[in-house]
Amino acid sequence: MEHTSTLERVLRGIALSLIVLFFMFPLFWIFLMSFQTNETILRIPPSLFFEPTLGNYKALITGKLDTAAGSLDIAFMKNLWNSVLLSTSAVVLSLILGVPAAYAFARHKFRGSEDIAFTLLSFRFAPPLLVLLPLTIYFQQLGLADTYVGLIWVYQLICLPLILWIVRGYFEDISADVEYAYRIAGHGWFATFRKIALPLAGPGIAAAGLLAFIFAWNNFVFALVLASADKQPVTVAALAFVTASGIQYGQIAAGIVLSITPTLAIALYAQRYLVEGLSLGAVKG
Amino acid sequence: MSHLSLARVDKFYGRVDHGVHAVQNVSMDIEKGEIVALLGSSGCGKTSTLRMIAGFEEASRGTIALAGREVHTLPPVRRNVAMAFEGYSLYPPLTVRQNIAFALKSAKLGKTEVDARVAEVAQLLEIEDILDRYPSSISGGQQQRASLGRALIREADLHLLDEPMGQLEPQLRAVLRGRIKHFVKERGYTAILVTHDQTEANALADRIAVMEGGVLQQFGTPSMIKERPANLFTGTFVGEPPMNVFTARVAGDDGRIVLELPEGVTLAYPAGAFTDDVRRTIRAKGDIVIGIRPYSVRRAESGVEATVAVNQWLGDQTHIAADFAGGIIVLVEHDRTVLEPGRTIAVEIDPAALHIFDAATGIALAHGMELA
Repeated sequence: MEHTSTLERVLRGIALSLIVLFFMFPLFWIFLMSFQTNETILRIPPSLFFEPTLGNYKALITGKLDTAAGSLDIAFMKNLWNSVLLSTSAVVLSLILGVPAAYAFARHKFRGSEDIAFTLLSFRFAPPLLVLLPLTIYFQQLGLADTYVGLIWVYQLICLPLILWIVRGYFEDISADVEYAYRIAGHGWFATFRKIALPLAGPGIAAAGLLAFIFAWNNFVFALVLASADKQPVTVAALAFVTASGIQYGQIAAGIVLSITPTLAIALYAQRYLVEGLSLGAVKG
Repeated sequence: MSHLSLARVDKFYGRVDHGVHAVQNVSMDIEKGEIVALLGSSGCGKTSTLRMIAGFEEASRGTIALAGREVHTLPPVRRNVAMAFEGYSLYPPLTVRQNIAFALKSAKLGKTEVDARVAEVAQLLEIEDILDRYPSSISGGQQQRASLGRALIREADLHLLDEPMGQLEPQLRAVLRGRIKHFVKERGYTAILVTHDQTEANALADRIAVMEGGVLQQFGTPSMIKERPANLFTGTFVGEPPMNVFTARVAGDDGRIVLELPEGVTLAYPAGAFTDDVRRTIRAKGDIVIGIRPYSVRRAESGVEATVAVNQWLGDQTHIAADFAGGIIVLVEHDRTVLEPGRTIAVEIDPAALHIFDAATGIALAHGMELA
């Protein structure tokens, strides 16, 4: 049954268009910038018409940046690979640690369980800069500074609380009796966790994993301080385009396009899970 | 030794001796082949008791033995019990057929044998037409029957049924009660049924355990519970409409027993209406509570006066509620009685139908002529 009048539909259409325009325009503009040279980007007034160039992408992929002040070596593709490696490893490790922990917090109320869960969540409250200085000193003493392992470890501060709290909610939504029914039919708790709890919480785990991946991918400050150029992800690498001879807007735009592509692709692919996972309960009556 | 034996079982939620004392010192012995109903209102500890037997809750104190083994420290998987859950708890990704057959998985039977058994249980529960549907697409009553089927199909040492028919329509419930009882008896299974519906408990169970406030109030056959309630709680909880209850002071002399009820109402009986023991006991107590089942209250030419407050014809019987001794007395008549509210009637209470309880503790002193 449709109760909306024509006027209402038109107004709704306009509102939706405005919202889409508001959120999509910057992306669209950056996409256009990535095919322009610095001169066409910076001309006044700006124009939608220009001669597209692949120079920015070429510079990023070959690693040779030609500026007015001379040629510069950049390792953008290496940084992109670093981002993939760091974010993926961090999320995988978080899932391995976080999903069983979330299950434990959801199902077994032990002494201090709420306190521990809250402490883990509180890592998200603290500004990262607050912990960075002591962390840098520790990492240097432990030999973890400027290593992938060290960064992946620090990324747990971002991923683990997120996964733990989202997935815990999913496990809590599953009726414990479904698991009891499975256990009483002759299965141990681990089989129950694997065969009943994990599949039922699947969409939630996927959604949490994806969110954690995006958060990890977008992280800037940890890698800026704790890693040197060859271990840094794209977020930090974009700083390299602020060169002595000016800011390379074209390359920055191309770098942004390249760096959001993986997350965008995953998000589009997992959209179904994400919507299902973040909006519905895992089990319906 | 009994098939299932609970000995001094306690359940605390929270710290032992400090948390909520949900089940208090419950001891129960159940023989092989018996169907026992745990009857009580919500929060009386009946489901906690069931879950301790299943192994989902740990017994804080006491022992539970099943089929000659002490099971209270074993995980659920090793107790060999089957259970139908109040919330159905079917596996969402499996069809009803798979859900029921799933319970047989650990029994390692051939496919034809599994199919035959599923078909038998499905026929019993009238769910043959929904066997290939998924739990999310069937009604609550159908899910409940599927869940019941999943429990009944197993050959376990003990079958635990938690409110197994709460969602079913009355006609179907009546039919299934008979069939399930037959099914369980035929196979010699032992079953414990948790319910708050006394009709269901009476119809299905060989013995009923009445629980309230975590305490086992009485454990006996349905007729024993009805005719010889152990205390005031069981007396008023079991029976529909509920037992009429009045406080009374015992007076009178050698020849007569006079029960002085509130507002100057008295019931006088010849001393011979009670045995010597009963007379002696209630005289010694002084303050008692008397209970009379509504079916035992009769209207008479001469008797104690009561004023009709409500008169309801239920289609097959009349429930008359009348103001009596500062409270309400309910009586049941099988004809359609026309008595407009405000009319004065005379009621007669047969001493043989009196249940007498201790006013302080609520423990039964006498039922009719005999000591409790």
